[in-house]
Amino acid sequence: MSPLAPSIALRHLLTRKRQSIVSLLGIVLGVGFFLSISSLMQGSEDDFIARLIDNSPHITITDQYRTPHRQPAEDAFSGGAVQVLRVKPETETRGIRAYKRVLSFLGTIPGLTASPTLDGQALVSFAGQDRAIALDGVIPAEIDRVTTIGKYMVAGKVPDLDANPDGIIIGDQLAKDLSLSMGENLTIAATTGQTRNFKIVGLFHTGRANIDDGQAFVALKRVQALLNRANRVNSIIIKLADPNAARDVAARIEARIGYKSISWQEASEDILSLLVIRKILMYTVVSAVLVVAAFGIYNVISTIVMEKQRDIAILKSMGFHARDVLRIFLTQGLLLGLTGCAAGLPFGIAMMIGITRISFRMPGSRDLTYMPVSWNWFQFALAASFAMVSALLAAVIPARKAAQVDPVDILRGGG
Amino acid sequence: MAAVLRATSVNRVLAGEVPVTLVRDATLEVAPGEFLAITGPSGSGKSSLLYLLGLLDRPTSGTVALEGVDTSNFDEDQLADARLRRLGFVFQAHFLLPEFTAVENVMLPMRRLGKLSDGEIQARAERLLESLGLSAQRDKLPSQMSGGQCQRVAVARALANEPAIILADEPTGNLDTASSATVQGILHDVARNRGRTVIVVTHDQEFARSADRKIVVVDGRIQAG
Repeated sequence: MSPLAPSIALRHLLTRKRQSIVSLLGIVLGVGFFLSISSLMQGSEDDFIARLIDNSPHITITDQYRTPHRQPAEDAFSGGAVQVLRVKPETETRGIRAYKRVLSFLGTIPGLTASPTLDGQALVSFAGQDRAIALDGVIPAEIDRVTTIGKYMVAGKVPDLDANPDGIIIGDQLAKDLSLSMGENLTIAATTGQTRNFKIVGLFHTGRANIDDGQAFVALKRVQALLNRANRVNSIIIKLADPNAARDVAARIEARIGYKSISWQEASEDILSLLVIRKILMYTVVSAVLVVAAFGIYNVISTIVMEKQRDIAILKSMGFHARDVLRIFLTQGLLLGLTGCAAGLPFGIAMMIGITRISFRMPGSRDLTYMPVSWNWFQFALAASFAMVSALLAAVIPARKAAQVDPVDILRGGG
Repeated sequence: MAAVLRATSVNRVLAGEVPVTLVRDATLEVAPGEFLAITGPSGSGKSSLLYLLGLLDRPTSGTVALEGVDTSNFDEDQLADARLRRLGFVFQAHFLLPEFTAVENVMLPMRRLGKLSDGEIQARAERLLESLGLSAQRDKLPSQMSGGQCQRVAVARALANEPAIILADEPTGNLDTASSATVQGILHDVARNRGRTVIVVTHDQEFARSADRKIVVVDGRIQAG
């Protein structure tokens, strides 16, 4: 025999099938939308962060210092009021000093892959057109391990830069703009005034316009020569086996070598905080759906409580405690919540599957994009628990009212 | 023989801007197995007295002792437990739960008490219905039974936990003559053959006369013992 409170609760709901089904539908829709929308938002966030981690260096060591060096006079008179004015920095070749020593130190950190680069501005001249581009001097054998450029190659491959020291890899959009194709030559002029001819050995397409029409990769040695910065690099790109450790590892590196080391989290702090705000907004909206559904539950249970005053009175006269009565009506909220979850979660899953099938082309992109959906258990648990909590909260007010019914008041009136 | 129920100087006043006295200085003893009828004009306070005796309501002053135990200091749960174990109620309306069949309604108090096994509860409910001539109605919903049948099911429900006292408030008030006679007969049988104390509030003078003892309540005061 089923326990007493649930059996009474269930009978009440079953005798009000239409009303119960309507309030149940509210929960089903609420859970479904909560799950599908929160999974879509979480999926897009995960996808965004994965792309962010994938496409940007986990840590970039730059040739700058976070805080300027202290002047020796300030250290000499540390207790005194020292003001050093008009400091003229020594003219020197910019770049990370003794970068090879830095690289060998980085080699001692487990799970870390690093590659030095020298980036600079240059001008491409071809057929009477001049275009400013960002020129990246890279070590071809290493750059594939720390960036995703290899993934985006549409013609040629990165190691071709090794095979041809005068080779250059440019974005497909730049090639298109300048009417260039594989194997053709182009002239690069550096800010130092030097010019050099390069042969196109590869084309890439990332889908990001500013990279596809404004970036070029050349062997490190060539860029060092073009920019008059022999044996210098101005950044070291690092990939980590565990991208989430980037912040700690960057701090360790910076503490050791002094150069500013920026983790991907630091570089994207504004975006990450935007994601938090987006998440708060999203949960507020999807929770509102369930709050509305909870009103449906409140409505059906308070109607039952109103209609069942005499039954409550007789149960209490029979010896039911106030908490027994409370339990009956809370159980109704629980039953509606559980059934709502049992039907709402599959409904949400069906919507999630539907969403993953939607494909579209982003403006400016040639690739089809699919809606990303997170299948993390946390989304399911959150949708279910939010539904259960709102169903129970919706039941609490009428249940308490039922528990407070004084049988004598009812019997005197209806006897 | 010690009284199964004793009310001593019981008063019940409804608080408000103009306090209303429902029961005045009621002192009463009911013996085990006694059939007591309470009569009086409408609004005289007989039902209020019954609710006080049945521990449904608390006296404003005075005491009600059930089987020698003063209930003045009982909390709500203790009063409910006392009603569950020792008292059974029958009202003018049958107050059966409409979603439950006759046998399920009779089983409710036993299920709440939880003393018997599920099988024993079912068997006892069926025996009670049978003894009141309701075997054919056992699986019917209240809406499928006549008023008299429903009231008999209500009596069976009141007897479910083998209470010491059955308290009935106008149990025949809504019934036709034949059904009324049946229910009266059952209540007499409960007192005479099952050894229960029966306290009945009734307007029906003939029914009241058939009781072992009759008291009249006028303006909340017991007039005759």
